[in-house]
Amino acid sequence: MSGPKIYAEILGFPITETMVNTWLVMGAILIFAILATKNLKKVPGKLQLIAEMMVKGIDGLTENTMGKKNLGFAPYMLTLFMYLGIANLLGVVALRPPTADLTMTFALSLLTFFMTQFFAIKSKGVGGFFKGFIEPIPLLLPINIIGEFANPISLSFRLFGNMLGGVIIMGLIYGGLTNLMYFAAGIPILAHLYFDIFAGLLQSFIFVMLSMVFISMAMD
Amino acid sequence: MITGIELIKACSAIGAGLAMIAGIGPGIGQGYAAGKGAEGVGRQPEAQGDITRTMLLGAAVAETTGIYGLIVAMILLFANPFI
Repeated sequence: MSGPKIYAEILGFPITETMVNTWLVMGAILIFAILATKNLKKVPGKLQLIAEMMVKGIDGLTENTMGKKNLGFAPYMLTLFMYLGIANLLGVVALRPPTADLTMTFALSLLTFFMTQFFAIKSKGVGGFFKGFIEPIPLLLPINIIGEFANPISLSFRLFGNMLGGVIIMGLIYGGLTNLMYFAAGIPILAHLYFDIFAGLLQSFIFVMLSMVFISMAMD
Repeated sequence: MITGIELIKACSAIGAGLAMIAGIGPGIGQGYAAGKGAEGVGRQPEAQGDITRTMLLGAAVAETTGIYGLIVAMILLFANPFI
């Protein structure tokens, strides 16, 4: 078991496997977005139909979770979901998922954390924001502060732990298969089905849902 | 003769195994959530989408402590601070 490989170093700044795979995912999303919205028609083609379904689905989910007045968050949430979904699925094509690196998931959960604080201040005002820490009684101030900082940590560790666990178990399975001469081809399929496809999509959905819940809870 | 570093390595491996006992908690929690979810769907089949979403969210939150145990085990195995 090893961490992400370091491909090159530019001015002492390492270019890791995580970054390169992140660029791949970014490129895939960019190409999809350009192709799907290039010539929009009244009667949609295949790609436009997929894009419309995704936008409609995330709009409905955002409205259900955060309320109609917060529909402006839907584009960010769809971007997050597309990025995490494709990144978690990279394990199927034998690439290391970028989300199996704590720096990646922690950066994403810090985004959620700062959005939470920013929108809390914006909707409650500075006074209301700080007053929220001494509710219901001032004695709970330290607990409230710790609870606020625990959110991004648990959010990032959940995604990271799930994906890293999947990577390690898949590595062990492939390592064990080298000792097996026959019947080796079919065994990893089930494991890929669970660890990459099911757990990957579920975890990206959960990350998005929890981001929505945290932000909308901070706003009211 | 067991040297100090070998003892540390052996104890770290045992500790990693012990850390994964934390998996019991999420198992109980997620099972309880899934059971209640099934109960809710049985009582109100038309609300299946909402119930499933809430159940998955609760199961994910219940999983957190297990993930912390997993990360402690990973640190002991692959990034041991004692060696």
